[in-house]
Amino acid sequence: MTAKDMVDRGFVAKPKESRMQEFLPVLVKFSGKVAAQVVPPLVVIVLLLLVWHLSTMGVKSNLPGPLKVLHGSWELITNPFYDRGGLDKGLFWHISASLQRVAIGYSLAAVVGIGLGVLIGQSQWAMRGLDPIFQILRTVPPLAWLPLSLAAFRDSRPSALFVIFITAIWPIIINTAVGIRNIPPDYRNVARVVRLSPIEYFYKIMVPASVPYIFTGLRIGVGLSWLAIVAAEMLIGGVGIGFFIWDAWNSSQIGDIIVALIYVGVVGYFLDRFIALIGHWVGRGTSSM
Amino acid sequence: MSAYLSIEGLGMTFTGASGRSEVLRDVDLKIDRGEFVAIIGHSGCGKSTVLNIVAGLLESTTGGVMLEGKEVNEPGPDRAVVFQSHALLPWLTVYENVALAVNKVQAKKTPAERAQWILHNLDLVNMTEAKNKRPSEISGGMRQRVGIARALAMEPKVLLMDEPFGALDALTRAHLQDSVMDIQQKLGNTCIMITHDVDEAVLLADRIVMMTNGPAATIGEVLSVPLPRPRRRLDLVADPTYIACRTRVLEFLYARERRPSTQVA
Repeated sequence: MTAKDMVDRGFVAKPKESRMQEFLPVLVKFSGKVAAQVVPPLVVIVLLLLVWHLSTMGVKSNLPGPLKVLHGSWELITNPFYDRGGLDKGLFWHISASLQRVAIGYSLAAVVGIGLGVLIGQSQWAMRGLDPIFQILRTVPPLAWLPLSLAAFRDSRPSALFVIFITAIWPIIINTAVGIRNIPPDYRNVARVVRLSPIEYFYKIMVPASVPYIFTGLRIGVGLSWLAIVAAEMLIGGVGIGFFIWDAWNSSQIGDIIVALIYVGVVGYFLDRFIALIGHWVGRGTSSM
Repeated sequence: MSAYLSIEGLGMTFTGASGRSEVLRDVDLKIDRGEFVAIIGHSGCGKSTVLNIVAGLLESTTGGVMLEGKEVNEPGPDRAVVFQSHALLPWLTVYENVALAVNKVQAKKTPAERAQWILHNLDLVNMTEAKNKRPSEISGGMRQRVGIARALAMEPKVLLMDEPFGALDALTRAHLQDSVMDIQQKLGNTCIMITHDVDEAVLLADRIVMMTNGPAATIGEVLSVPLPRPRRRLDLVADPTYIACRTRVLEFLYARERRPSTQVA
């Protein structure tokens, strides 16, 4: 029923505008709620664009202003799907190439990381032995692994995957191990009284109990692997968002770089939300106690 | 004559980083089938340790526990535990929490029989309506009810309750105590309940076991509560037997075994 119908009926029956009176406040309240969410970010974005525009107005400015970017990189913004062969492709293809690398490297890191985390979380001895090593290795910057992996694999493709793998795995291992160690002893006691087998204990209690921790690790991991891939691709070359940025720099297309950065940020954001969403879905209710 | 459940010469010494500490020494107790025993004592006197040893969750240093002539040396569903923290799994619904125990313990039954048995036990604690809710969506008292249903559903030989109502407010606690008495009346379970609430002990128990303060705590006194069942809270308020039992326990706790911290050195 549309608002007009309501008005019409209201007039026909003359019930002192009751329907409109009920409907209007609800509508106003709802749009007020939406506005409260949408208006602040819009205002901030407009202000930022203004600052950007004003600060790049000078003739000698090294960086393009928003209008110049819009003008100079129009095709890049409006058509992400063009493909003229070689490296001259739309941003969609670059992003998707990078995402494929992340998907492979990150999946490997997730599987191995959760496995190792479970092992370490269960064994005091393994925790004591491996934790110091992990704590040191996890601080090594992603790109520092690249020369080593290039030397080992002698090929850029597996090297890029290895860099993602080694970057993402540490937070996954550490968080999983912490999650396993933090399972309340009472859950273990319940399992013992009921006499669950070790396998039943693993998938009925251990995994669900540590899901919030595991997904914290997975979220940090996916953010790190997205950081790593952009950096790694700059050095390795080929199709990919990292090399696209490097290529734009070499051909002085600063506007293209800015567009690419926005893409990288947005994709990174959605990767994070995506993992968070899966975590929320898998761990229904686990974290709400 | 050998008792249904007998605790014999139980001693427990923990060896930790700060050295050895003897928690229990020479705890002897015989419990008949269908008897309701409350163990009372100041906090830290090792009463939960006794329960955990009977449950098989802890291994005693000396002595042991015999149930129907067999030695207890590991946890099992024949000695189901109601935990103080309810220990429900938060990702499972009320029904699924009970099902976790039933499907494992009553594996011989058909799925339909098991489903019926789960519902029967939820009904016993008046939780049928909330069966599809998660523990986070129900109150503390209701969680404890589910904990009791889960334990009862294992058809234990002995039901072990570790301060089950310690974390609840007085009204909810009274309500649950009535439920426990009701269920006890129906099923005639053998029960051991740990408590620090004198009224709770006198109201529920056939015998009250009073523990001395640690270190090396042991049984100080055992009191029979000769009140007829069913017992009703309101009728008991002015009952001379009830008052006598209550006074006896209070005297033990506050005259003979004062809290360690309030004792003058």
